[in-house]
Amino acid sequence: MTSVLDEVSKRGIEKQIVLPWSRALQMTRENIFVRLGRSAITALGIFLGIAFLAAVLFSAAAAQVAAEKQMREIGVDAADAQTQARVIWLAAMSLLVATVGIVNSMLMSVTERYKEIGTMKCLGALDSFIVRLFLLEAGLLGILGSMLGAIAGTGVMTLVSAHRLGWSLALSSWGKPALELGGWTVPLWLGIVIAIVIGGVLSVGAALYPAWRAAKMPPAAALRSEF
Amino acid sequence: MSVYEYIVRTKDLSKVYTMGDVQVRALDDVALDIRRGEYVSIMGPSGSGKSTLFNMIGGLDKPTQGTVFIDEVDMAQLTAQELAFLRCRKIGYIFQTFNLIPVMTALENVTLPMVFAGLTTDDAMDKGAELLKTVGLEGRRDHKPTELSGGQQQRVATARALANDPAIILADEPTGNLDLRTGKEIIDLLKRMNEEKKVTVISATHDLKMIDVSDRVVWIRDGQIERIEERADIEVQVGQMEGEEH
Ligand SMILES: Nc1ncnc2c1ncn2[C@@H]1O[C@H](COP(=O)(O)OP(=O)(O)O)[C@@H](O)[C@H]1O
Ligand SMILES: [Mg+2]
Repeated sequence: MTSVLDEVSKRGIEKQIVLPWSRALQMTRENIFVRLGRSAITALGIFLGIAFLAAVLFSAAAAQVAAEKQMREIGVDAADAQTQARVIWLAAMSLLVATVGIVNSMLMSVTERYKEIGTMKCLGALDSFIVRLFLLEAGLLGILGSMLGAIAGTGVMTLVSAHRLGWSLALSSWGKPALELGGWTVPLWLGIVIAIVIGGVLSVGAALYPAWRAAKMPPAAALRSEF
Repeated sequence: MSVYEYIVRTKDLSKVYTMGDVQVRALDDVALDIRRGEYVSIMGPSGSGKSTLFNMIGGLDKPTQGTVFIDEVDMAQLTAQELAFLRCRKIGYIFQTFNLIPVMTALENVTLPMVFAGLTTDDAMDKGAELLKTVGLEGRRDHKPTELSGGQQQRVATARALANDPAIILADEPTGNLDLRTGKEIIDLLKRMNEEKKVTVISATHDLKMIDVSDRVVWIRDGQIERIEERADIEVQVGQMEGEEH
């Protein structure tokens, strides 16, 4: 009769435990949809932060459009760079607050799932699987929240500036510079793409600590907790 | 030399929980040898240390002192990878509270350990469906745990425990949350798997119905083994009890 641990003691491919990305993605998707309330709370902070940032970027570009138009007509000066810097700073702060919100929300999500995490470890999950699942979830929620935030932020500002400048000028803002970064001029559309990426990265970053805590918990402790 | 081949052995096994100034000696010098293929019940009142022993044998927690050998391999010597492999492939766990993953269907729950073990999706699905049939739940494969009764959830959990053809099934109060009849059904299912698949069953319980199917009963109290009864002794006792009743 072969020994239980024959395969364990043989190093190499046989003792490998795997979680394919496709299955991890599927599990993450199920988790997000089944726990929609918790997911919405996690994504809400980043949604608001990015919506604000997108609105700020859009109004900078729209101000440029307005300035060019007025300069042509009455020769007034362009938008105030100092005001823009202050508003960007405000947007950055709001993103920081959103990040803290995600850390908190993910920690609660980990607590809710102690038993599940313990069970997965009993089924053979490695610590890295647990980390991967939580980071995937945070990343997807972050990108989703950011995209919706960007749509909301730019959407509202498009309506506002269309009211002032008319639709064609308002929409022309998308090609105008929204931001000066060390002599590099970032057009609005690129600024929005960057904002969405920042939202995703911040979410994943915010989930690192909660995910690590979830993964490090000994299975017995995870199974004992009553939730 | 013993005539038995031991699949699990514990030596001087102790576990002390420290909470502030208070120390609880949940296991105290437990030496227990479990034979390959047997059905063992660990019996004892609540708080006697059954779950602690379950955690030690299952590699879910570390002992304060002493050693657990699985097939003569000291569990403390295993790397994290090897321990995960052991949990995935060699031990099937069953819990009092079923512990199915709530967002997954019955079939997904059963196939998860197979996915971890590297089976392809198709192979896992086939085998999962087969196992659900074995436990009498072929019609419930797409149901979520909340859509299943307690007894059905425990059947799914049993199928999941069998997913990678483990050598050992470790159960902690598997009938603790079930009514009399459903509990009996789970006990019979475990016994059937024990006989058909030759899997060693180790079950912590205070359910006396479990005695009937056990090859041996290990009675523990206050973290120590009080006595171990063999099948032969048990049959005599059950006979006596039945004799008294009639
Ligand atoms: N994680 C823990 N921390 C502190 N004490 C514990 C812990 N787990 C178990 N105990 C204590 O150890 C003793 C044995 O518990 P347990 O093994 O759960 O018993 P059983 O499963 O037989 O009911 C009890 O006194 C219990 O309170
Ligand atoms: Mg217990």
